[in-house]
Amino acid sequence: MKHAFYYKSKKFLINALIHIFLISVAATCLYPLLWMVASSLKTQDIIFKDISLIPQQLHFENYIFALRGEGFGRGFLNSVFYTALSVFGVVIIASLAGYAFSRLRFPGRTVLFYMFIAAMMIPVPASFVPLYVLLNKLQLRDTPIGYILCMISVGLSVSIFLLKTFFDRIPREIEDAARIDGCSKMGIWRHVALPLAKPVLAVVIVFNALAVWNEYILALIIFDSRKYMPLQVALQVFQGEFVTNYPLLMVGLTIAALPIIVVYLLMQKYIVKGITGSEVFG
Amino acid sequence: MRLKETLENYVFVVPAVAIFSVFYIIPFIWVFQLGLFDWDGISFARNFVGLANFKEILLQDRNWWQSMWNASYITLIALTFQNILAFMLAWACDREIRMKNFYRVIFFIPPVLSEIVVGMVWRFIINDIEGANIINRLLAACGFPNLMHHWLSDPKTILTTVALVHCWKGFGWGFLIFLAGLQTIPHQLYEAARIDGANAWHSFKKITIPLMVPIIVLVAILTVLGSMQAFVLIFGLVGGEFAGHTSVPVLRILASMRGSSPRFGYACAQGITLGVVLVIISFIQYRFSKKGH
Repeated sequence: MKHAFYYKSKKFLINALIHIFLISVAATCLYPLLWMVASSLKTQDIIFKDISLIPQQLHFENYIFALRGEGFGRGFLNSVFYTALSVFGVVIIASLAGYAFSRLRFPGRTVLFYMFIAAMMIPVPASFVPLYVLLNKLQLRDTPIGYILCMISVGLSVSIFLLKTFFDRIPREIEDAARIDGCSKMGIWRHVALPLAKPVLAVVIVFNALAVWNEYILALIIFDSRKYMPLQVALQVFQGEFVTNYPLLMVGLTIAALPIIVVYLLMQKYIVKGITGSEVFG
Repeated sequence: MRLKETLENYVFVVPAVAIFSVFYIIPFIWVFQLGLFDWDGISFARNFVGLANFKEILLQDRNWWQSMWNASYITLIALTFQNILAFMLAWACDREIRMKNFYRVIFFIPPVLSEIVVGMVWRFIINDIEGANIINRLLAACGFPNLMHHWLSDPKTILTTVALVHCWKGFGWGFLIFLAGLQTIPHQLYEAARIDGANAWHSFKKITIPLMVPIIVLVAILTVLGSMQAFVLIFGLVGGEFAGHTSVPVLRILASMRGSSPRFGYACAQGITLGVVLVIISFIQYRFSKKGH
């Protein structure tokens, strides 16, 4: 009897210690974000005096002020625009290619596929230098379309890999029925393959959306005009100018972080799938 | 008929191959070409200098090697502190425990945020305004007022502070991959070991670690690749190279490219040098994991 009690309380103690460990790390993850949101609702006078997480007065007008100004509102809309178009482009182009690499026969199929895979493995830390030169030559630098094309090309490798491995696992018989009914290849891709690929497309969409929304270096070197800058770069520019107005900067950080956190919380199932999927590949 | 079918099939891959060739493959080749030139990026004339850029990097560029050292320091802290923390958290979550999903969701929030946002938020948490630094307030409240410090303006502590924020942002990756790996270990193995009289430490050492070696190596490779190339976080956290104390290789490449006298060829040569170092390190780590098996 004493023995059982001993084991039970020992187990309880170990569990409690594990929870304390996990909770303290979780608090460290959340605190900076809560502090950021709280600070965005304070005024400049109290932001460094009152460091509580629940401000006494909530100054929502900070948001109106920051979004109405030239920088953040425009940067936010630019980021939404770039993210939506790049993700749309990646989904169409990568799913066409992924389907072809899995199902269709044509000379050079293996070589081309391995070209995309090799690109995932080789680090090229200075590739933005020639990319800058290239975009200058093509007259695409400082244009939204140049940036979007770059972001699509960045997302292609992993997306094609995920889609190809997904299509490889689907039995061909499903498509045979459509083929017998006289469906064209494009028709099969559009009406059979794409609907089947919904779960993996979700992974592709979430990962690319996070990557484009958070992208910084290419936007920094591609855009000179302020009107084109996405939010991440606008934040950096504003930091210099708004050095006297921390709450507004916190508004900028919050509107840069919040959409990502919401998308992540809604889609976290797919993110975990994507990571553990790419891990199998490694 | 056959030709028509082949052409039809090519239609599927042409958009991907075209965009990828123009915006990835061509720049990739140009890096190696430009690395052999002395060029300011604007003027018509490029000066072929052979391997002179690489010679300068290897023999004369002390700033470059300072930045490599700084990045190695950050990487070392990420490899040890960050990955051990990630492993412990994964190990703690790999059991019947309440709120497991909650922890998993929370730990991956920092990795989905942008490096600029993370850098700036932490900059204002560890700011140098008197009395407003939250870390210092916490230290004072816990009874260590003598540990209060200007973490981000003292050259002695700035790099470690950067490295720790980098770990804060990155540990969630390792955690998720470790957890996925731990969950593939069959529970019967642990039970069999327990029946044979092994305690928790023994089964950890004899079952968990050996089976996790490939995953540990994978995380180590990803950590090295990510940490050696990190730089956006430093932009957000300290605003730049801080007189060399927080310079890292990619910031040096940017400086070569965007300095008052731009050197595009030299920037490419720096990129190649870093890329070669990274490929060699990854290859050694990979071989190491093969030997372990």
